[in-house]
Amino acid sequence: MSTTTPVLPGVTSEKLPGTAAGRVRKRLNTRAATVVSIIIAVLWTIPTFGLFVSSLRPEQDIKTTGWWTFFSSPAFTLENYNDVLFGRSASSGQLANYFVNSVVITIPSVLFPIAFAAMAAYALSWIKFRGRDWIYVGIFALQIVPLQMALVPLLSFFSRGVTLAGITLMPAWNLDDEQKFIQVWFAHTCFALPFAVFLLHNFVSQLPGELMEAARVDGASHAKIFRTIVLPLITPALASLTIFQFLWVWNDLLVALIFAGGGDETAPLTVRLAELAGTRGNEWQRLTSGAFVAIVIPLLVFLSLQRYFVRGLLTGSVKG
Amino acid sequence: MAVFPRPRQALVIASVVGLAISAAACGGDDSGSGNGDSADCAAFDKYDGNDGKKVSIYASIRDTEADLLEQSWEQFTECTGIDIDYEGSGEFEAQLQVRVDGGNAPDIAFIPQPGLLATFAKAGKLKAAPADTKSSAEANYPADWLKYSTVDGKFYGAPLGSNVKSFVWYSPKQFQEKGYTVPKTWAELISLSDKIAGTKEKPWCAGIESGDATGWPATDWLEDLMLRTAGPEVYDQWVTHGIPFNDPKVATALNQAGEILKNPKYVNGGFGDVKSISTTSFQEAGLPILENKCSLHRQASFYANQWPEGTKVAEDGDVFAFYFPAIDPSKGEPVLAAGEFTVAFADRPEVQAVQNYLATPDYANSRAKLGNWVSGSRGADINNFANPIDKLSVQILQDQSKVLRFDGSDLMPSAVGAGTLWRAMVDWINGRDTATTLTTVQNSWK
Amino acid sequence: MEFEDISPKLVMLLYGLVGFVVVVGGLLLLLDTVPAFFGRRRERRLVAIAAGDIPAPTRRPRKPREFGYALFFLFPVLVLLAIGLVVPAIRTTLLSFMNGDSSEFVGFDNYNWMFTNDDAVKVLLNSLLWVVLVPTVATSVGLIYAVLVDKARLEAVAKSLIFLPMAISFVGASIIWRFVYAYRSEEQDQIGLLNQIVVWFGGTPKQWLLDSPLNTLLLIVVMVWIQAGFAMVILSAAIKAIPADIVEAARLDGVTAWQMFWRVTMPSIRPALIVVIVAITVATMKIFDIVRTMTNGNYDTNVIALEMYNQSFRYQQTGQGSALAVFLFVLVIPIVIFQIRNLRKQREG
Repeated sequence: MSTTTPVLPGVTSEKLPGTAAGRVRKRLNTRAATVVSIIIAVLWTIPTFGLFVSSLRPEQDIKTTGWWTFFSSPAFTLENYNDVLFGRSASSGQLANYFVNSVVITIPSVLFPIAFAAMAAYALSWIKFRGRDWIYVGIFALQIVPLQMALVPLLSFFSRGVTLAGITLMPAWNLDDEQKFIQVWFAHTCFALPFAVFLLHNFVSQLPGELMEAARVDGASHAKIFRTIVLPLITPALASLTIFQFLWVWNDLLVALIFAGGGDETAPLTVRLAELAGTRGNEWQRLTSGAFVAIVIPLLVFLSLQRYFVRGLLTGSVKG
Repeated sequence: MAVFPRPRQALVIASVVGLAISAAACGGDDSGSGNGDSADCAAFDKYDGNDGKKVSIYASIRDTEADLLEQSWEQFTECTGIDIDYEGSGEFEAQLQVRVDGGNAPDIAFIPQPGLLATFAKAGKLKAAPADTKSSAEANYPADWLKYSTVDGKFYGAPLGSNVKSFVWYSPKQFQEKGYTVPKTWAELISLSDKIAGTKEKPWCAGIESGDATGWPATDWLEDLMLRTAGPEVYDQWVTHGIPFNDPKVATALNQAGEILKNPKYVNGGFGDVKSISTTSFQEAGLPILENKCSLHRQASFYANQWPEGTKVAEDGDVFAFYFPAIDPSKGEPVLAAGEFTVAFADRPEVQAVQNYLATPDYANSRAKLGNWVSGSRGADINNFANPIDKLSVQILQDQSKVLRFDGSDLMPSAVGAGTLWRAMVDWINGRDTATTLTTVQNSWK
Repeated sequence: MEFEDISPKLVMLLYGLVGFVVVVGGLLLLLDTVPAFFGRRRERRLVAIAAGDIPAPTRRPRKPREFGYALFFLFPVLVLLAIGLVVPAIRTTLLSFMNGDSSEFVGFDNYNWMFTNDDAVKVLLNSLLWVVLVPTVATSVGLIYAVLVDKARLEAVAKSLIFLPMAISFVGASIIWRFVYAYRSEEQDQIGLLNQIVVWFGGTPKQWLLDSPLNTLLLIVVMVWIQAGFAMVILSAAIKAIPADIVEAARLDGVTAWQMFWRVTMPSIRPALIVVIVAITVATMKIFDIVRTMTNGNYDTNVIALEMYNQSFRYQQTGQGSALAVFLFVLVIPIVIFQIRNLRKQREG
């Protein structure tokens, strides 16, 4: 981060003009700020930290003593991770398989909605046509439709097709094994769109109108403006949306259960981790380590996309 | 894996025993050698003609137990060429509904709730069981039991696995040391509890927390006591709403359960006060027995899976279970039990072949040999159940003198049996009085 | 893991990626070529008009063509939304007027149940508490933190710490917090941090999740814990997008940090702030997993989405479940109106 944070001249506090009293106050402010941010950070981290420590403790310890006793009487084991990563029940296969499934599910399920939503956001912001505000508000309002209520009709759409008054408009898809990924992508894309359009519309509509007008005057088509002006300018928004959509898909259980099924051909990590708790099990030790295995990838994605947020600063200065 | 240590051991024992038997058999008979496959497959001839067909099965059984399940029909699939695609899910009940509504029903499902089974049957989603399934079910199960999968005179599926719920877990070791004896009547059970309570120990431990099914262990208490105080006939009326839910007889049963569950001198050993019952997970609830912090824990046969690795489950071991005594044994000993039924959403020949096979004693034996399983099939050989608690359960299920009843909450409409009743029991544990509790449930039953 | 196992999956992924390139690239390509084609045709027409072969058009063709472009851009979204959400929403609304197994119409019975049944009313009230508290608290914490760590040392690390809960699924987060609230009786060692802290200060351990309304507040803490990271990420990006020269100018004017926050930061990030509050509000209305995992709605903690799911899929009361869903649709109307006004203001400004 330190290498990518641009140090703009005049912004660093040392160079600011000010009286001695102002400087003291500033320092106090900074100190208070540091203290508050550290308090928040600690409060926010402790539960996860406790989980992490627990994941390294033997089953019996987890169930009988608090994780903080780990520091006074440490008992360390990797058994929990071993269980989760390599534990094998013949009917379900190994974790690595599910990991691949999660990746295969996630990538298209992130790309499609973001691309479609970006296009829609552009049209709703910068193409003038009647009723666009109503379309936007309609899409926005669809955010409230609970996923749970959409499962049955969408599943029926895949498995029965669409018939209207006895005429088959679309036959059943009849997907098998790996082909079921298509269903999952489709479902995730549908469910992601309202929020994605909402978020991107907010960014795209904030772009300076002069830029678009200038481009139009130069004879650029909408497609060209979208590609060469809009997309680069909304990179930070795309990056944050990517992160959230990624997290949503990666952590989803319900959509996967319905559309991917539970087999090792298509089921993602979450389905497997849910199963790991056993048919009637209450296995803290596996839940703790399982949760950590699942966290690693989203965290990496977050860290690697973070630098795009800084680029926002540069586009901001272009804008101003 | 620590969760289900026993099946593995049982498996090893079973396969060793199996090898010895087959070695002995082969030793005396050379004629069939070299062609063992076809000889083994002879038993499956009647299911022939479905080679290469696929049958999907959906159930709530997961993980290592699912492995055993798949192993149990391995020979069948090899011989018949039918490909069984099994899927287990912890969200089974809700997801089955979604899949059926969405037109994506599995071919076969193992449904543990006759109430849910009836819902699907009435909606016309289920196919009636084929004649072979029906005849082998009738030959091997009590008629009372088959009523649970019969809706409007149509029989929909044979029972698969079962479990006995009327058990109290205890530590034989502790009983021996302290000189306690296993109670045979309700009065003996209470006097034992008082005796233990006199030593400043809490005799009972209980827990009804179970994720999105929180409350169910308490309904088992109520059902067991309904059977004991009101008798099986009233019980049958109660579960079908023939008597109101807040009938005085139900109140009597619930109060009798409260004599133990809501008695601060009796509960909750190892966990705290009465209210701690509602937040203690049912999986953990019996474990204080091992630390001598509690002596009695009423829970079904499948609680055997919850003991930590290395715990010996046997009449002379670390833990075992005794029959939850009747109030007046001379009037018969009621047994509360539960189990799954094999029902089909399709009637293709290969689906029926699988259904037929799963209904046979052959299958019950094949599954039993793998361990960690209980069947109510009279055709199942008791010697195939290696594990003492499984064996005891099978003996009880096969004992025709016992009065067998299915878990009542599974028979009620789901909105009551898996909804308001669970919630009401949680509130009851938390201090709500019996009358209000039962009236709440009564009002919710339409 | 055998390669044969994964290769078909990777092939599917490849199909998916190819499909993505074809669909999105194809749409953009069409958008590029079609106008060019029409452009040429129009040129020919203009030439023809000029030559007097055909009469000049009476109407300006620009407007309908803009609509055509918009349709192109909107086409995938509209089709997918119609299939994935509009049809289900209509179906749900219809079902809410039908009985449990959707076999006959019952009029407003389900709505009647929703507003008269004690449990159902409690569900609605709990949801209200959630919707009021979560967006305000989560956004405040996220904003304060984003401002405080902006340009601080170790910013990336600091932000990751708050972001961490977002990376955990709702179910995972609930498990973590059940651990924090766990209860053991006085004689035993506590395994839950909250009770241990109580014990350290000489108190007696408490079963936190049993007493209403404290338990609902404790569940809300979990949602705030997760969503603060969301607020922080978006708001931090917005803060970074504030043009550097504005900040600099304010600094040169000698404004205090406090003034800077209210006069520069807040106005600049207002749109992002609205996005965050609206998004968290909508997510909170649909909250499901946290309540399900922590208390399953027991002890008066139930909320709309959980009850909707239970009624529809576990109790086979699809009608009542759908009515609850429709109530959610109604709840969102104020936010929609707010959005429309916002949009109008933006267009005017």
